[in-house]
Amino acid sequence: MSERDARASARFVNIGERTNVTGSAVFRRLIEAGDYEAALDVARRQVENGAQVIDVNMDEGMLDSERAMTVFLNMIAGEPDIARVPIMIDSSKWSVIEAGLKCVQGKAIVNSISLKEGEGPFLDQARRIRRYGAATVVMAFDEEGQAETAARKFAICERSYRLLVDEAGFPPEDIVFDPNIFAVATGIEEHDDYAVAFIEATRRIKANLPYAKVSGGLSNVSFAFRGNDTVREAMHAAFLYHAIPAGLDMAIVNAGRLPVYEDIPGQLREAVEDVLLNRRTDATERLVELAESYRGRSKEATADLSWRSLPVDERLSYALTQGIAEWIEEDVEEARLALGRPLAVIEGPLMAGMNHVGDLFAEGKMFLPQVVKSARVMKRAVAWLTPFLEAEKEDADSSSAGKVLLATVKGDVHDIGKNIVGVVLQCNNYEIVDLGVMTPSARILETARREGVDIIGLSGLITPSLDEMCFVAAEMAREGFELPLLIGGATTSKAHTAVRIAPNYDGPLVHVTDASRAVSVVGTLMSPDRRADYAGEIRADYDRLRESHGKSGGRRPRATLEEARANGMEIDWSAYAPPVPTAPGVRVFDGWDLAELARYIDWQPFFAAWELAGRFPDILDDAEVGEAARSLHADALAMLDRLISEDWTRPRGVAGFWPANRDGADDIALFADEGRSERVATLRTLRQQMQRGRRARSNLALADFVAPPGTPDYIGIFAVTAGGGIEDRARAFETGRDDYSAIMAKALGDRLAEAFAECLHERVRRDLWGYAPDECLSNEELIAEAYRGIRPAPGYPACPDHTEKRTLFRLLDAERNAGMALTESCAMTPAASVSGLYFSHPEAGYFGVGRIDRDQVEDYARRKGMALAEAERWLAPNLAYEPS
Amino acid sequence: MTKDSTAALEAAAGERILVLDGAMGTMIQQLGFEEADFRGARFAGWDRDLKGNNDLLNLTQPDAVADIHGTFLDAGADILETNSFNATRVALADYGMEEFAREINEAAARIARAAVDGRRDGRPGWVAGAIGPTNRTASISPDVEDPAARNVDFDTLRAAYREAAEGLIDGGADLLAVETVFDTLNAKAALYAVEEAFEARGTRLPVLVSGTVVDLSGRTLSGQTPEAFWYSVRHAAPFAVGLNCALGAEQMRGFLADMARVADTLISAYPNAGLPNAFGGYDETPETTARHLGAWARDGLVNLVGGCCGTTPAHIAAVAEAVAGVTPRKPPRMERRMRLAGLEPFVAAA
Repeated sequence: MSERDARASARFVNIGERTNVTGSAVFRRLIEAGDYEAALDVARRQVENGAQVIDVNMDEGMLDSERAMTVFLNMIAGEPDIARVPIMIDSSKWSVIEAGLKCVQGKAIVNSISLKEGEGPFLDQARRIRRYGAATVVMAFDEEGQAETAARKFAICERSYRLLVDEAGFPPEDIVFDPNIFAVATGIEEHDDYAVAFIEATRRIKANLPYAKVSGGLSNVSFAFRGNDTVREAMHAAFLYHAIPAGLDMAIVNAGRLPVYEDIPGQLREAVEDVLLNRRTDATERLVELAESYRGRSKEATADLSWRSLPVDERLSYALTQGIAEWIEEDVEEARLALGRPLAVIEGPLMAGMNHVGDLFAEGKMFLPQVVKSARVMKRAVAWLTPFLEAEKEDADSSSAGKVLLATVKGDVHDIGKNIVGVVLQCNNYEIVDLGVMTPSARILETARREGVDIIGLSGLITPSLDEMCFVAAEMAREGFELPLLIGGATTSKAHTAVRIAPNYDGPLVHVTDASRAVSVVGTLMSPDRRADYAGEIRADYDRLRESHGKSGGRRPRATLEEARANGMEIDWSAYAPPVPTAPGVRVFDGWDLAELARYIDWQPFFAAWELAGRFPDILDDAEVGEAARSLHADALAMLDRLISEDWTRPRGVAGFWPANRDGADDIALFADEGRSERVATLRTLRQQMQRGRRARSNLALADFVAPPGTPDYIGIFAVTAGGGIEDRARAFETGRDDYSAIMAKALGDRLAEAFAECLHERVRRDLWGYAPDECLSNEELIAEAYRGIRPAPGYPACPDHTEKRTLFRLLDAERNAGMALTESCAMTPAASVSGLYFSHPEAGYFGVGRIDRDQVEDYARRKGMALAEAERWLAPNLAYEPS
Repeated sequence: MTKDSTAALEAAAGERILVLDGAMGTMIQQLGFEEADFRGARFAGWDRDLKGNNDLLNLTQPDAVADIHGTFLDAGADILETNSFNATRVALADYGMEEFAREINEAAARIARAAVDGRRDGRPGWVAGAIGPTNRTASISPDVEDPAARNVDFDTLRAAYREAAEGLIDGGADLLAVETVFDTLNAKAALYAVEEAFEARGTRLPVLVSGTVVDLSGRTLSGQTPEAFWYSVRHAAPFAVGLNCALGAEQMRGFLADMARVADTLISAYPNAGLPNAFGGYDETPETTARHLGAWARDGLVNLVGGCCGTTPAHIAAVAEAVAGVTPRKPPRMERRMRLAGLEPFVAAA
């Protein structure tokens, strides 16, 4: 989409269509049965799926429509999560519209009135709508009938507009024209131009009738393809794609069932557009023909079961590479009976199958999510065989390629990456001893000894974990270990491993960047021939790295703290009044709606967690990884649906605002009161010390974005979590030998926590702090941070000190208010959590503090009341010098 | 006469912050009237208790009502609210006095009219016909078992409000005040009825609409935010919109500011004298109330100020002094956009 189109669609209003007895059989049956409670759920889902207005229609011959409208709108009034959006009162009967208008306290939209019965009734109804305080849809319908051509559509709308504005005093911005979306591809030639006529009429209305809006009932256009949802939805998406730039402001749609235009398969898209835009005379025939191939096609294509007739070893191989667990037990049993011994099954067809998976993975022909699914199948196969192995006193381990201990170090709770490595290694026939998260050094060493493992792998996500890894390495050396030690996790690096960990441990030491690498590294280290050479090469490489690091540090000289402060960002506070939070104090959010959070998910990091690189949604069509990405995405969406409908977890959060002012150069003082007499906390920020040339950019610190004393300013703080339910569920999956789902649940948990932070931030801007009440951005724009204000999080580049979280948690009482806690390394529990600060100034932006020098660390330690060595430990990755 | 008073009111509002009166109920309470006082001679034989029917005093104790108006005028009030808060057919049903609704409203307006016209200091003054929320809500079910149930509907409210509005117009009101709105649907019925009454009388008076944010959630009883409330009543083109009752000035400010930011009309505010104490009384001193409202005035937040529950002539005198000479708020020019509302506002892109 071009930038212009993207902007246009962000302003587009979705009107929920499902609460319509003429359009939804489900809803009609509920209303006819008097099951208004269930009917409310239909309305609620529309709002949850993003409908900004909901259309309510009770026009059904067998119904008492006035009464149904009254009862249903009264019911909605009692449901704040539905009633928060405006209602569109939809009926072709004035008496039903009026019954509806008498039930809504907000400002509704009437749908619709028209000149069908002449000017008298039209003006009378318009005046009454005005008196009830509603906006109205006006159909392109007059005494002669419904308009079909662009010219007549516009003529009727123009005449209606003049009557409404000039005669009835109707505000033009409260008029919404519906120039009639009619069905195309009906086989009747006169209908071929209907979509084009609508789009053209829309263009003329927007150009000539100031402030008026244009709407339409989208589902009409695809009426000819009833029963073929794939084609219908493609027609809807393509129609919007062309009508919105022409000026379509809103449409009645099934929110949540609109595919992205780019996602429509190319051939279908072309055929659909040929029809909509009336580009060729045989367009209808071609689409009808093509539509056949999409008919009844559900999301999952009908499974091809021909592989079930293959010999059993081929079936096992197929099940493993395809990740199909459905028949694994019966196939394994068949193989066991055929081969006579359970171990022969593992060493034979299962190993062969997993080797094939390993090869495909190594060649880049399979991707991580598929491998993890394969592992799930393998685990189930082994589980089936275990009782037989025990009965025959055979040990599956005897066939193992090696034993690897994995642990997330003490103080850290993140384990998605570690679990993925574990699963991939298992696929390659390694036995894994997984100690989980928050593992103390002593336990790692003791277990390694007792289990007789071959390799130890340490994992951690947050920076303090780097220090803990150094400690574990030193302890291993002290106790005389010589096992290979693997280092992995998001903040680890080859440089850190070389410079900080290597001096502590003489055994083989390797930094592993990802799961794919882990297999070859472990394989090499397990090989008696290659191990010594490989360990020596790595050691030499690390020595070189450490040496060059020691000499120049590869770093440029730093500005002094004094210089950096003098070059801070200078905001002109005299010309600026910081916004006052509309909802001061601390607010607790218990049980935030999961369905709403799901809409705010940024999928790109999700794919990155599974080692699938690429931009979302382009990644789904990627020539190489597209298939794996689509399948992963489908599994994720399916789990997300279950997670929501079965309430797996309860998202909790807390946010608050405090009167605040900058304190000195780099700190921010928070106060209990507007008078700013009682200080409740001081936030410490760090300043960039890179040398900036003359008139170049500033040396930023977050404190720069807060007004100095004298100008009342504010700071917001938040902490949100997807909730502990995610971890409980992941554990249950692990118990059921389903690592794929366990990792999936955790990865979704992380996404939901981030989505919660995004969603709450939007609420803060629009409502709680309220400095951008009219902000209306699409999820893509939110992800691109196209808004005012920032929410930096401690432990990330703008404020690398994790210990600031302690201040945040104390102010928010996050433990009591959101069930969140900090480990000794300041990792948050539950693991799927986010905390941070809100800054409102328009010039506030994200930046990286980068390397800082000793003068600042000394100053910072003094301000924080921390020993220098301790501050250096927390800030280790940011030090521009070698601590003494 | 009406045209002139409207023009004078608009002119005055353009020049200064206008002062509304204080709490009629609080002042009546201080008189310590007993059952017999409420009944007077005319309703001595009425078949149920009438103590507490403050609106009836317009018929049975008109001098007492006139005296209270006089003290507020002396305190510096520019606008008197008539003693007719509960004088609708719907609310008077509690006393079985539905049939007197019209008469009470007209009497209430006449008493206030006379007080303003006979004002001792000779300054101009205006009578605002008070139209209360009634004791029933059109948006909220009285029955937890049946969320669709209502104990009053739009048309019943509309008929009751029309009767009240016509009484107030006939008694000489200069403007109408649809106030203490805790359910916007009730208010919309009132505004519809007011339009009908204007049409029937061939006249048009300025209308003030004042919502009530019930607690620190920042919402009306029926769940709307102040901004959503404004979009829901804006079609009546009110002379002024604002908030009153339930909160003291300190708690009300933020919510009023929310409304002032988007309301392209005058802003009125008449908070309670603080939050009620343990006995339901109000302790906030006139100085405190005046300090808050004075600050609002200086910050350009308001055009009309006064007091609700617990505010006495002393409060009004202090408020009048605090806002004297302060430039009134200039309503913002709002962009023409479709502004809809559920419980929350929805503003379509331009």
